[in-house]
Amino acid sequence: MKKYIDTGKKDTRSGFGAGLHEAGKADERIMALAADLVGSVKMDDFARDFPERYVECGIAEANMVGVAAGLAITGKIPFIGSFAEFISGRVYDQVRQEVSYGNTNVKIASSHAGLTVGEDGATHQTMEDVALMRALPGMVVICPCDYNQTKAATLAAAKYEGPVYLRFGRPAVPNFTDADQTFEIGKAIVLNEGTDATVFATGHLVWEALQACEQLEQEGISLEVIDIATIKPLDEAAVVASARKTGAVVCAEEHNMAGGLGELVAGVLAAQAPTPMEYVNGGDRFGQTGTPAELMSKYGLSAEGIVAAVKRVLARK
Amino acid sequence: MYQDKKSLFVSMANQARRDIVRMVGAAKSGHPGGSLSSTDFLTVLFSAVMKQDAEHFTRDAKGADAFILSAGHITPIYYSMLSLNGYIERSELATFRKFGTRLQGHPCVHGGVKGITQASGSLGQGLSAAAGMALGKKMDKEDNKIYVLMGDGECEEGQIWEAAIFAAHHKLDNLIGMTDWNNQQIDGTVENVGGLGDLKAKWESFGWAVVVCEDGHDFDQICAAYEAALAAVGKGKPVQILFKTDMGHGVDFMSGTCAWHGKAPSAEQVEKALAQIPTTEIGDYAE
Repeated sequence: MKKYIDTGKKDTRSGFGAGLHEAGKADERIMALAADLVGSVKMDDFARDFPERYVECGIAEANMVGVAAGLAITGKIPFIGSFAEFISGRVYDQVRQEVSYGNTNVKIASSHAGLTVGEDGATHQTMEDVALMRALPGMVVICPCDYNQTKAATLAAAKYEGPVYLRFGRPAVPNFTDADQTFEIGKAIVLNEGTDATVFATGHLVWEALQACEQLEQEGISLEVIDIATIKPLDEAAVVASARKTGAVVCAEEHNMAGGLGELVAGVLAAQAPTPMEYVNGGDRFGQTGTPAELMSKYGLSAEGIVAAVKRVLARK
Repeated sequence: MYQDKKSLFVSMANQARRDIVRMVGAAKSGHPGGSLSSTDFLTVLFSAVMKQDAEHFTRDAKGADAFILSAGHITPIYYSMLSLNGYIERSELATFRKFGTRLQGHPCVHGGVKGITQASGSLGQGLSAAAGMALGKKMDKEDNKIYVLMGDGECEEGQIWEAAIFAAHHKLDNLIGMTDWNNQQIDGTVENVGGLGDLKAKWESFGWAVVVCEDGHDFDQICAAYEAALAAVGKGKPVQILFKTDMGHGVDFMSGTCAWHGKAPSAEQVEKALAQIPTTEIGDYAE
């Protein structure tokens, strides 16, 4: 398989911060709004260098969504940042009316998504946000896999005209995609070509899928690994083509089953290319306190979990 | 400063009330109560106060004032105002709430209706969007103002007070909030349902300059309230005008009750209501 090198662990939220800063340097319409979490969501460099375009909104996320919509109406390009739960579930109706239905050019920077927020526990571990945001007409949903890709995706979101939900995480994770990549919204990225089964992975699970691929290669199993960095719009052609080629599919994500990548891919394949499938996701439950590694292991969101799922799906092929 | 427009206000408000009754009657649904209580002060806003060029309306409000209807259900008065002030054709009112219309039950931006700046309907959100627009205007060094209308019952939504804190904190003194203080909401009087208490004291304690219009159906008092509000603009505080009104005002059987918040009159009731509202030289829109 193609070798991917971890160039040093970095958090995806810092990739967002770097992308936001670069976008802000290039375009004066870019703004950043935070709700008492400027450092946590890595908007601090932007706030320091472009203070006139940074707005502290206080602990009032619902209002922040509306303010961003108003700013967007006047021609600004606001990025609003908070923890994933507080910028999706908490403000679902505001995002629906002010951003999605209201058709405003607001970018939602959703940090600390999934189980890997860790010790904060289940109140902070949203495993449902992709489902909520995917359900909104016109909303682009991006879930990049590492620092470099998150930075590139942030730059792409800044240039895209329309609402974007950009989901990323808290912990330092392997950084292995190209530093100078251009992110194309809506395009699946084939990381490894294989013939026996396909793993469609998103976010932190992409690196795990590559690790699974290495392990399976030693057992003589050829795995295709596709990074679904844009969950909506889904690159349906790439999904269908790979499913037809390998005839067995695993979907891996740091999200629950309901409304996640797995259900999305299952829906596409059911209609266009029915294929045996297995899922690596949080199921239908809440998280708990623990280190990110402990939690990902407990919930099977790991290379081992993916290997097991591939073996299950191969048995059904 | 509005004395020369008094007769215009009277006929426009009368025509708007006729429009409201006919639109809601024809659609067999809609919200006449709050539309009728907001009619008089919105007439003055649209025809004399707000600096907005109907013909060249753009959603971004570059170089113009903007208006957001946060209480999105009172579209009958909103669309009537748009038709009476050159944003849309009078005849389009006949499509209100009908399949395929641009004049949806609650405001929608997709049809490109001139005068509609933001979608609304889920209550409590318009003040935040208006605050964002006010901030955008300030960043662009434009001295235009953003107007936003809320219902009093709507002020039970927590987000209103998030926005109130935000606007005061950021000194959005180009933002003019307006509240239709009719003391009625779906389940009864605001006093009994939500217990808002002293709205003036509430807004003041949140750092706003507050103007109270004791009779929101008296054009002299309405004009004086806008003058006082405009005089308060640019002084470091957002401004709130509380218009004390009578729900259903102008139609005796709809007046002073929550019963007509979201209820349509029958054909017979439409006739009974229209008999109470003078016809005008503008004329009713064609069915």
